[in-house]
Amino acid sequence: MNGKTDTGAAEALKRVEEREANVGLADKLYKVKYKTDELTHLKIKDQEVCRKCEDKPCIARCPAEVYEWEAEHGQVLVAFENCLECGVCKIVCPYDNIDWVYPRGGYGVVWKFG
Amino acid sequence: MTQGNQGVDKNFDVIVVGAGPAGLAAATVAARAGLNTIVIERGDQPGTKNVMGGILYTKPTAEVWPDFWKEAPLERAIVEQQAWMLTPDSALKGGFRSDKLLDGAPNAFSVLRVKIDRWFAAQAQKAGALIICQTMVEEVLREGDTVVGVRCGREDGELYAPIVILCEGVNPQLAISLGMQKKLRPHQVASVVKEVINLPEQVINDRFHVADSSQGVAMELMADATAGLLGMAFIYTNKTSLSVGVGVTLADAIDCPYTPYDLFVRFREHPQVAPLLAGGETVEYLSHMIPEGGYNAMPQLFGNGVMICGDAGMMVNSLHREGSNNAIRSGMLAAETAIEAHERGDFSSRVLNRYRERLEHSPILADLRKYRNATGFMEHHPVFQVYPQFAADAAYEMMSVDGESKRSKQWKILRMLFERRSIFGLAWDGIDAGRSFP
Repeated sequence: MNGKTDTGAAEALKRVEEREANVGLADKLYKVKYKTDELTHLKIKDQEVCRKCEDKPCIARCPAEVYEWEAEHGQVLVAFENCLECGVCKIVCPYDNIDWVYPRGGYGVVWKFG
Repeated sequence: MTQGNQGVDKNFDVIVVGAGPAGLAAATVAARAGLNTIVIERGDQPGTKNVMGGILYTKPTAEVWPDFWKEAPLERAIVEQQAWMLTPDSALKGGFRSDKLLDGAPNAFSVLRVKIDRWFAAQAQKAGALIICQTMVEEVLREGDTVVGVRCGREDGELYAPIVILCEGVNPQLAISLGMQKKLRPHQVASVVKEVINLPEQVINDRFHVADSSQGVAMELMADATAGLLGMAFIYTNKTSLSVGVGVTLADAIDCPYTPYDLFVRFREHPQVAPLLAGGETVEYLSHMIPEGGYNAMPQLFGNGVMICGDAGMMVNSLHREGSNNAIRSGMLAAETAIEAHERGDFSSRVLNRYRERLEHSPILADLRKYRNATGFMEHHPVFQVYPQFAADAAYEMMSVDGESKRSKQWKILRMLFERRSIFGLAWDGIDAGRSFP
């Protein structure tokens, strides 16, 4: 920033900067606009396959943390409503165990900028 | 924009699946020639499902929409291109800046897809194409081995046309269902996380050294920008925001300890990057894949009654970050082929083969073929770990004044190089690079 920016703007920037410093993924996803369907468009074909899957790359590779390992019942939970529709999960799944389709027409993510 | 298909005639000359750059270019060209053309789009409106880094090249775009740059909602004309090699604490910078890039029709613009795709869609509609949104194509209809239409995810959703142009994007579900493309593999795609970060117009002008908000800068950053993974980070200036992203090949990312968001934060907080973004407010967090399989991973591009364009056709030149221009060009060439097929009354692959021929005569296939082994080279070489750090260390040695003679520093740098890579390794890197980047 240089002298051309007035001090008011500089102070406003600083406030935003402080606010943004500790922003986590949940806050980022909060900025995404969705039209959420009642039905999931992402299904695990067979939880037994996930139980045996050592790495579960769907969990770490999803940019929106849609997949979560729930240890008590030994299953992968799918928060489909956070899905950004990139398609990474179905490609990294070593067992082709995700039934992946886009949300129904008109549902899912609605980008504001793209 | 029509939201439903009630009252829509079910027979068309051309059906286009997907309202991205490829689909909207195809629809514009086909409709202009008088073909009864429909575009089916799953998003709320054209653009709301579409993501790209954000650089649009003028020339290929103007082939379909002449003088578009005079009225389309563009962000900034790119006056400077920068390439940075990052090490954990430093940046080695290269770049090119010239007013020649702005002469007449500027060479390239930063864009936001939701705005620009909506404008492209309006042009397709002006040309006479019908665009139906909020509609998912669930199946391509065939009679024998000939494509005859599509079935949409609506009641009574069958539509028919002798030509279906698939512009469905990086997840080519329909092309796979037709057996024209195989399921994509992790080494064929990059996973990208992007944020749109708001900053005041004047702050962007000052930080990126441009006179006003009509001009902008495109930066690509490598090496530590992606934690050494095969990929690239970018910063593009929009009018009142920055498009900032990190993309890595999925094959490389799969065993990486960082999540995609971690990688992004790591980049954003890099000491040489953070000052450019400081004070910015994220207004959108996005994710998308780039099809980077190149020539060797392209699908069968045409069949009886069907053609495939853009990302669905793997038409991305990742080394030169060209994707939307190939999408637009391929859409145009598919439409020209559709026009020819209608003139000849033959929609079989005998005539649609002309689409492949047109691609052969365009830069798309020539460039993809030229770099067919480049991605393989980058995947298997230590260059991206070894050389950036070496170059930064060498630069630091030569620039720091500490009582050591320059000659002695040069020997030190040479020793440093040989410690990190054997002379055979160096020779091999050179030969292999020469073969992979002909």
